[in-house]
Amino acid sequence: MQKNAVFQSKFLPYLLVLPQLAVVLVFFYWPAVQAVIQSFLLQDAFGLSTVFVWFENYKELLADPDYFAAILRTFAFSFAIALASLSLALLLAAMADRPLRGSMFYRTLLIWPYAVAPPVVGVLWVFMLNPSLGVIAHGLRNLGVDWNPLLDGNQAATLIILAAAWKQISYNFLFFLAGLQAIPSSVIEAAAIDGARPMRRFWTIVFPLLSPTIFFLIVVNIVYAFFETFGIIDTITRGGPAKATETLVYKVYSDGLLGGNLGSSAAQSVILMGIVIALTAFQFRFVERKVNY
Amino acid sequence: MMFRFSLTALAASVATTLVLASPAQAVTEIQWWHAMTGGNNDVVVKLANDFNASQSDYKVVPTYKGSYPDTMNAGIAAFRAGNAPAIMQVFEVGTATMMAATGAVKPVYKLMQETGEKFDPNAYLPAITGYYSTSKGEMLSFPFNSSSMVMWINLDALKKADIAEIPKTWPEVFDDARKLKAAGYATCGFSTAWVTWANLEQLSAWHNVPLASKANGLDGFDTKLEFNGPLQIKHLEKLIELQKDKTYDYSGRTNTGEGRFTSGECPIFLTSSGFFGNVKNQAKFNWTNAPMPYYPDVKDAPQNSIIGGASLWVMGGKTPEEYKGVAKFLAFLSDTDRQVAIHKASGYLPITKAAYEKAKAEGFYKDQPYLETPIKELTNKPPTENSRGLRLGNMVQLRDVWAEEIEQALAGKKTAKEALDAAVTRGNTMLRQFEKTAVR
Repeated sequence: MQKNAVFQSKFLPYLLVLPQLAVVLVFFYWPAVQAVIQSFLLQDAFGLSTVFVWFENYKELLADPDYFAAILRTFAFSFAIALASLSLALLLAAMADRPLRGSMFYRTLLIWPYAVAPPVVGVLWVFMLNPSLGVIAHGLRNLGVDWNPLLDGNQAATLIILAAAWKQISYNFLFFLAGLQAIPSSVIEAAAIDGARPMRRFWTIVFPLLSPTIFFLIVVNIVYAFFETFGIIDTITRGGPAKATETLVYKVYSDGLLGGNLGSSAAQSVILMGIVIALTAFQFRFVERKVNY
Repeated sequence: MMFRFSLTALAASVATTLVLASPAQAVTEIQWWHAMTGGNNDVVVKLANDFNASQSDYKVVPTYKGSYPDTMNAGIAAFRAGNAPAIMQVFEVGTATMMAATGAVKPVYKLMQETGEKFDPNAYLPAITGYYSTSKGEMLSFPFNSSSMVMWINLDALKKADIAEIPKTWPEVFDDARKLKAAGYATCGFSTAWVTWANLEQLSAWHNVPLASKANGLDGFDTKLEFNGPLQIKHLEKLIELQKDKTYDYSGRTNTGEGRFTSGECPIFLTSSGFFGNVKNQAKFNWTNAPMPYYPDVKDAPQNSIIGGASLWVMGGKTPEEYKGVAKFLAFLSDTDRQVAIHKASGYLPITKAAYEKAKAEGFYKDQPYLETPIKELTNKPPTENSRGLRLGNMVQLRDVWAEEIEQALAGKKTAKEALDAAVTRGNTMLRQFEKTAVR
C-alpha cells in the first residue's frame, strides 16, 4: 500500500495546510515574537514610553535570587504533583480494570474531575480547607493540627499540590485504564497459572508493559503542573504566603499584569518558552523511542 | 500555553469593544467600566439609568469588568488597543499608575474647565479629594466610592467576655482580645483584613508617621519607603507575639477573611467601612463599629485616616462630544440629593460637604452611627503630609511584597525589624523600577 498521498497540483497541499498554519501563526508564533520583542523593552503599563534596553530585563531577572527560587519551586511542585496524581491514578486504574459491578459508573465518576476548570478546582478546595470556612480545616483543627495555610508556606504548598493532583488524576486514570486494557490477558493468565500472586503479576508484567504510558504521562503531567495550575494557585493562595506557592507562570502574571512590569514579565515568558521547548524535545527524543514495546 | 491566557483575554476584550463600539446615532454613548458587584452594581446601573432618563443627548453604558485589578488591566489593555472606555473606575492604589500615564488620562479639573461644566472643587470633602488631587489641589480623578478602615465589633461577644466598653487604643484591644479568647473565642481574638492597609498604611497615617517620603509619594515619584520606623516595628512585634496563641490571627492579604467577623469567629475585626452591607445582611449578633485603635503614647494620636475605595478616571483621546457628556455625568453625580442617596444605598461615603451635612441634618446617623465612623476618622484632624494619602507606583505588587514579609514575620521566620527592613528595601527597588518607566 502506498503510504504517501499524491497531489496533482503543487499548491494544493500548501493550500490545505494553510488554515492550520494561519492559526498557528496568529495564535502561537505572533504572540511568541511579541514576547521576545517585549522582553527587550522597558515600557510603562500604558505603552506610552518605550525604551529599548537590550538584555537588561534578563540580566535583572538572572541576578534575582527570587527568580531562581521560583524555578526550583516550580520543579518541586511539578514533581510532587506528577508523583501524587500518577501513583493514585495508577492505583485506581488497577482497581477499576477488572470485572466489577457498576464499573462504568465508577469510571465515569473518576473521569469527572477532568472536566472541572482549574479555578473551580481551586474554589472547591478552598471551601474544604480554608482555615475559617473549610469543613476539613475545621476537622483538622479539632484534631489539634494547627492548620493555617494563610501563614504556613508548607501547608499552602501541600494544598496546591493536593488540588492540582486531584484534578489530574482523571486524565491519568483514563490513560492508565486504556493502557491496562491493552495488555493481553493471556500474558497475565499465564503468569497466574505459574503461581504469581497479583502483586507480583503487577510489578513484573503490568508495570513494565505500562511504561510507555507512564513516560508519556510524566511529560504531560509536568507540563500540566507548569502551566495549568495557574488557575488553582490564583484562586487558593495567589502565590502566597511569602511566595511559597509562586510558580514561574504565576510570577509572569503577577509581575506583568499586577506589577505592570511588562519587560520582565516578557523575559520570563521567553525563558519559560525555552523550558517548554526543552521538555517537548525531551519527550520526542527520549520518550517516543521508548514507546515501542 | 501561557499565550492562551493573554489571547483569550485579548479576544474577549476585542469582542466586547467591537460590540460596545457600535456607532451611536443621535445619542453619544459613554462607556463606563466598573468593578462593582451585588448591591453596589445595582447602584451603578441605577445611576446610569437615571442619568440617561434625565437627558437625551448622552447615554452612559456601564459594564462590569471584574475585580478592581481586572478592571484596571482591561482598561489598560483596551487603551493599548485604542479602545479605552470614556470612564474607568480605578481603585485607590492604582492612582499613581493612572496619574503617571499623562496622555492616557484626562484630568477631571481640565475636563471640567474645557467643557465649562459647573464645578467647584471646594464643594468636595478635602479628606477624600486630597487623595485624587495633585499637590496643587487639582482634581485628577472623580471620587466615586470611598471608604475608610474601621474596627467592627461583635457586641454580644464583648458582653460575653464582660467587656464594658468598646476598646479605643491598641493596648485595650490587646487586653480585650485576651479576654475574648478566654471567653471562648479561641481561634481569633481580633484580626484585620487587608493586612498592609491596616497595619502599615492606615497605622502610619493614623499616628502621623510617614509611610514613604515626599508626602507618601504625593509630591513625586522619587519617593522612598520609610515604614520601618519604631511605631510600625512595635506594632508588628505585638502582632507576632499575639499570633502565637491566636489572640491575634492573620486573615490574609485581601478581604477574603472578612467572613470570620460575620460568622462570629473573630469578635474584633478591622476592615473597610464598605463591609457594612455584608455585616448588615449576614451577622446574626449585635454589632457596631468604632474608629481604628491607636497607641496613646504617640503624641497627638489619632491623626486622620486615609481613604480606600475607587475613583472614576476619564480616559484620553475621546471626542469633545464624549467629554461634554462625561462632564455632565460627573456634575450629575455631584448633586447633593444624589450623593445622599448613594451614601444611604451603598454605605460608601458622601463625597460633597453638602451631602454630608444633609445626611446629618436628616438624622441619618442617629439610627446608624456606624455609617458616620469613617467620615469622623477621615475628618478627625486636618490632613498632614503623612495622612493626606498615598501615591506609590506598582502599589498592587508593593502590597504583595509587604504582605510577604509580614507573613514571614508572623510565621516566626523573621523578626519584625528584619521583615519591615526587607519590605522597605524590596519595595524601594520596585519604586525605582516604576520611576524609570513612568517619568519621562
